[in-house]
Amino acid sequence: MTKVEAVIQNSKLDAVKTALQEIGVEGMTVLEVRGHGRQKGHTEVYRGREYSVDLIPKTKIEMVLADALVDKAVHAILGAARTGKIGDGKVFLSRIDEAIRIRNDERGEGAL
Amino acid sequence: MSKREKLIAAGVTAVLILMFAQAVFAQTGGISPSPATDTAARLAKLEQQAADAKSSADNAWMLTSAALVLLMTGPGLALFYSGLVRKKNVLGTMMQSFALMAVITVLWGLFSYSLAFGSGNPFIGYLHNVFLRGVGASPDPDYAATIPAQTFMVYQLMFAIITPGLIAGAFAERMKFSAMLVFMVLWSIIVYNPMAHMVWGKGGLLNASLGGRFPTLDFAGGTVVHVTSGVSALVCALYLGKRLGYPKQPMMPHSVVLSFIGACLLWVGWFGFNAGSALGAGSLATSAFVATHFAAAAAAVGWAAAEWIRVGKPSVLGGISGSVAGLVAITPAAGFVKPMPALLIGLVAGAFCYWMVAKVKAQFGYDDSLDAFGVHGAGGTLGALLTGVFAVSAVNPIFKDAQGNGLASGLIEGNPHQLLNQFVGVATAWALAIVGTLLILKLVDATIGLRVSEEEEVQGLDLSQHGEEGYYWETPA
Repeated sequence: MTKVEAVIQNSKLDAVKTALQEIGVEGMTVLEVRGHGRQKGHTEVYRGREYSVDLIPKTKIEMVLADALVDKAVHAILGAARTGKIGDGKVFLSRIDEAIRIRNDERGEGAL
Repeated sequence: MSKREKLIAAGVTAVLILMFAQAVFAQTGGISPSPATDTAARLAKLEQQAADAKSSADNAWMLTSAALVLLMTGPGLALFYSGLVRKKNVLGTMMQSFALMAVITVLWGLFSYSLAFGSGNPFIGYLHNVFLRGVGASPDPDYAATIPAQTFMVYQLMFAIITPGLIAGAFAERMKFSAMLVFMVLWSIIVYNPMAHMVWGKGGLLNASLGGRFPTLDFAGGTVVHVTSGVSALVCALYLGKRLGYPKQPMMPHSVVLSFIGACLLWVGWFGFNAGSALGAGSLATSAFVATHFAAAAAAVGWAAAEWIRVGKPSVLGGISGSVAGLVAITPAAGFVKPMPALLIGLVAGAFCYWMVAKVKAQFGYDDSLDAFGVHGAGGTLGALLTGVFAVSAVNPIFKDAQGNGLASGLIEGNPHQLLNQFVGVATAWALAIVGTLLILKLVDATIGLRVSEEEEVQGLDLSQHGEEGYYWETPA
C-alpha cells in the first residue's frame, strides 16, 4: 500500500478528482491548506501598511492506494494538475504498513 | 268652518309660527351672535391643527433619526471595527460597542441627560432633570419647539452611545472588558457630558444659538463627538502601549467583508446623525442630508485615489475608510454649507485622513489599532475648522442681529472671526479630551488595571474576556 499526497492549485481540484475517478480511485481526503514552496507569496496593503503573505492557499489530496493503482494515479494527477508554471504543487509517495476498516476490522488492501 | 274652528286653526297656526320662529332664532343665535369672535376661534383651531401636523411630521423624522443613529453603533460600528481586528478578538470588539448601547442608556436616564442638556453653568448642566424629571411630551422650546422633549432626549442619547464607542478603535485587542466599562462610564460623565453641554446645552460656553461666549458652529458633533473621541483615542493608544508583536507581527483585518457592511450601515445611519440634527423635517434637514451624502462620496474618491496613486491599487478598505472620514468631516458642517463646499470638504478629508493613517501613524509609531484618531480626531478637527470657512447664512441663518436679520456665518461670507471661534471650540475639545482621558486612564490603571495579561492577549479577548469564540467551526453534530 502506498500513500499518495498531492498538493495542487485550488483551481485544479475538480480536474484531478475527475481524472482519479476515471482510473478507478474510490476514496480520497481533501484538505484546504496553506503553504509555500519556491513560489513567492504576494503583498497585501491595509490602510497603507504592507503585509507580505507567503503562505498561499492550496489544496491537498490524500489517499492510500493498492500498489497496482499508484503509477496510474500519479500520472492522472500530473496530467490534470499541470499548468507548466511555478506553483503547480508536488506529489509525495510513502509506504503504508497497515490499513484497518473500522466497521468490520478488515485489514490490508481489502480495507482500502 | 265655524267660528270656533277658525279660532282653533288660528291658534294652532300662531303656535306653529311661534315654534318655528323660536327654532330659527335659536339656530341663528347658536351660529353667530358676533361674527368676529367666530373667525378668531376658527383660526385658533386651525393654527393648533397646523402646529399639531408639523409636530407629528417633525416627530416622525426625529424618531426615525434616533433609530438610524443607534444603527450606527450596532451593527454599524460594531461590524466596521470587528472586521478590522484579528479573528480571536471579533466578539470582544463587537461587545465593546454593544455594551455602550446598554450602559450609556442607563446613565443617560439617571443623570447624564441632565448634565448635558439641563440648564446649568457654561460648562455643565445641573441636576434639574435627573431621572428624566420634566422630560415628557411637551417640547423644550430652547432645543426643539415642535417635538416632545422626550424625543429630543432619546435622540441625543444615541449620540452619547456612539461617541465613546469610537474610542474603542484605539485600544482594540488589548483592554480588559471590566476596565473598558469603567473607563467608558467615567469618560461619558467627565468628557462627553460637559462637551455636549458647552456646545449644545442652554447657556453653554460654545453654544452658537443659546448665548455662548464663543459661538462655535457644530451642527451634528464635529467637536462634541469626533474631536473628543478621536483625541481621547490617541491618548489611549499612547498610554496603553502597542499590542504584543506590533508592528513586526502581521495584524491584518480578519474580515474586510464585515467592515464593508459596517461602513455602509454607518453611511446610511449618518443621515439620521446629520440630517436629524436639524431637529425637524424641514428644508434644513434636506440641506444637511445632501451635504452629508456628497461629502461621503467625495471622501471615498479622495482616499481611494490617494491610495491608487501611492500603492498602485484602490482597496475596498480604502474606499470605505474614506467615506467614513468624509462623514466625520462633514458632521459639524452639514447644516451650514452648500453642496459644492460639502464635496470639497469630503475630498480633502479623504486624502488628509489617508495621509494621517498611512504616513503619520507609521512615522510616530503609535498603535492606534483601528485608526480612531487618524479618522475621527484628524477628520473631526479638519471638518470643524472648515465649517468656519464654508458656513453660509443662506443655508442656516444662525447668527442674527438685534432686529432678527441674518448675519454672515463663515469666512467666505465675510466673517473671518468665526474661524477663531472654531479654533476655540476645537482647542476646548482637545484640551478636555486630553486631560479627562489621561485622568481616567490613570485612575483605572491604578485600581483595576487597564490591559489584559500577555497570555490573555495571545489567547484573544473572545475567549479570555467573554468565554466565547466568534467562529467555532467544529460544532459537534
